[in-house]
This record gives sequence, structure tokens and C-alpha cells, in this order.
Amino acid sequence: MKLVRLRYTRWFNILRDGISHKNPIAVAVLGICSALAVTNRVENAIAMGLGVTFVLMASSATVSLLRSFIPSKLRMVTYMVIISTYVITVQMFLAAYFPVISRALGAYVGLIITNCIVMGRAEAFAVRNNPRYSMLDGLASGLGYTLVLIVVGAVRELLAVGTLLNAQVMPDSFTTWTVMALAPGGFFIVGLFIWGIRELIHYHEAA
Amino acid sequence: MNTYFVIFFGAILINNFVLTRFLGICPFLGVSKKVETAIGMSLAVMFVMTVASVATWAVQEYILLNYDLLYLRTIAFILVIAVLVQFVEMVIQKTSPTLYQALGVYLPLITTNCAVLGVTIINMNEGYTLMQSTVHGFAAAVGFGLAIVVFAGIRERLEFADVPPALQGFPIALIIGGLMSISFFGFQGLL
Repeated sequence: MKLVRLRYTRWFNILRDGISHKNPIAVAVLGICSALAVTNRVENAIAMGLGVTFVLMASSATVSLLRSFIPSKLRMVTYMVIISTYVITVQMFLAAYFPVISRALGAYVGLIITNCIVMGRAEAFAVRNNPRYSMLDGLASGLGYTLVLIVVGAVRELLAVGTLLNAQVMPDSFTTWTVMALAPGGFFIVGLFIWGIRELIHYHEAA
Repeated sequence: MNTYFVIFFGAILINNFVLTRFLGICPFLGVSKKVETAIGMSLAVMFVMTVASVATWAVQEYILLNYDLLYLRTIAFILVIAVLVQFVEMVIQKTSPTLYQALGVYLPLITTNCAVLGVTIINMNEGYTLMQSTVHGFAAAVGFGLAIVVFAGIRERLEFADVPPALQGFPIALIIGGLMSISFFGFQGLL
């Protein structure tokens, strides 16, 4: 009984939309650049996912709080300033506490600014809703993004070096697929993954 | 001269921005349905990326380094790019209405093209001089243009192929991107 009622609450719908029905990567195809670039290892995928989730939540909340003060002509520039403030925070945090991951991610942490998901959620949701739901919406989209990144990262790391989170999983006789760690592997796995998800949720793009 | 040659062809063929560095994938997938729009987009990007390389180099050298504000680099660069795009749009609109008609729609999109911010950050990380940054910015944009125009050609042909419904659109585009990326491996031993 309780479960049934749960399905109609607003926060449940927001969470479900972000993670599955409107998954930023699989359905909306936003923020693909970073999804392809940082998924060669699971730890990079987790760090990037959490970073993006934090930036999404914080910038959605901020945009939502300031939504009545932002002049509509200048809103894009304002979003960019807000987003880049949080991105710089993430950059400094990673560089201070996780220098190895920070080096592996390289320029891509700074490029969270141009990640269309962050801008998209600010424009599509946060300017019209109160901070609480905006933050939840940021969390949902961020989790949806992180989940996809982790799954793609796991497949690529497993095939490319035979490990998961640096622990040996595949037997020694396993021939590693070096191409998976390189650019084409990213394109193939993300492409196949989106195909699989869309087959499951019956989402078809109009041709 | 030799370094410029290496930077130029390296950025176009070996470290192709779209196919190897994964920068600018959004416009690569978004505006590549027709060859003409792909050419329009890549011309606009070429212009903005070259000018942005020069402008951000100046900002880095004369403002950020002078006043010890290096931690503000990302925010400064994205503002420079946003202003630049707006400025370019206004200048083109005033001086050449025909060019504006051709590029108009793509110009605002360039601000969120991560290839532009990416090229400026890579320029600084590599420690390029002004001339090297300019060449690298231009070459990266040429590489972007090459990839997107070839890709648009393939996608035009794909209209006639029988693709499973769930694979249509972005998934099949990504797989084609993967195949193109493999073919660009052929240039690996060039330099």
C-alpha cells in the first residue's frame, strides 16, 4: 500500500526520471564527451560521476535560489559563472585529496562547465522550481549519469586490462583488448550500451 | 618551423579532437545530419577556436599570471569564449549578412562546445607560445571540421539503411564514430 502511494509523490517521479526514464546519457544524449573520455577505468568514472553530481546539485540549487534575480537576457552567462565556481571547487578538491585521479582526468574536470547536462538542468528545471526540488533533480540526473559511467567504465576496464577497481578479475590467460582503453572502445561501448537501454525501455528515436 | 608542422598535423590527424580526445562530441552528433550544416558549423568553429586561442593566451599571460590568479583560469576562459562568441556574432551580423545567414544558428551553440574550452586549456597545459597556440587552435578546428564533414557524409548515406528501431539515431552514430576513430589510427605512425 505504501509503495503504491510512493509512486505518485513528486520526489519519486523526479528521481525516477533522472535515473531511468530521462537518463541524461541514454535518452537525452547529453554530456557524452566526458562519458566517453573518462570511462577507461572505474575509479575515474566514479570520481567524474560524483564531481558532476555535486556540480549539478549545487548549481541547480543556486540557480533556483537566484531565479527571480537573474535577468533573462544574461541568464546563460550567469549560469556559467555559477557552474564554473563549483567546477573550480571540485578541481581543487580532487587535486588536493586525489592527485592520481586528478591527473588521470586531466582537462576533463574543467570541462564539466561545458557539460550540457548541467546547463540543461539549470535551464529546463531549476529556473522554474524551488531549491529543494531543483537540488533533488540535480541529484537524480547526476546519479543517472554516474550509473551509466560506472557500468561503461567497468566493461571497458574489464576488457582492456582484466581488472575492476585495480583488482585482478580475469584469469591470467585472458587476452586483454587494448582497443577498449583507447578511443574506439569508448565509442563502441557507449553506443552499444545506449542501444541496450533503449531496447529495454522501448525508447525509439523518430527517424 | 618543424614544431609548427608537428603541432598542425598532430592536432588534425593523430590527436583528432573529436575522434581521439572526445572533445566536441555534442555538435559532432547534433549537427551532422547534412553535409552543408556540418560545413557551416565547422567554419564557425574554426573561426572561434583560432581567435579564442589568441585571446585566452593573452588573458593567461597578461592577467592571470601577472596577478597570480591561475585558479580562476576556467572561469576566465569560459567568459572570454562567451564574450567572443557574442562579439563574433554581432560583427558578422553587421558586416556580412550572407555569412550571418549561413552561420547564424551555429554561433550561440559554440559557447557550449567543449572543444573550444578544451583547446584553450590544452594550449596552456602544453605551455605553447602565442604562435604555437594559434596554430594548434586552428589545426584542432580543422580536425574537428574534417571529422564532422566525413561523418555527415556517412550519415546521409545511412538514411537508406535498415537500422533496428532502438539503434537508430545516436547509438548507431556512436558506433560509426568508433569505426572512424579506428580508421584514424592509421595516421598514428605518420609523424
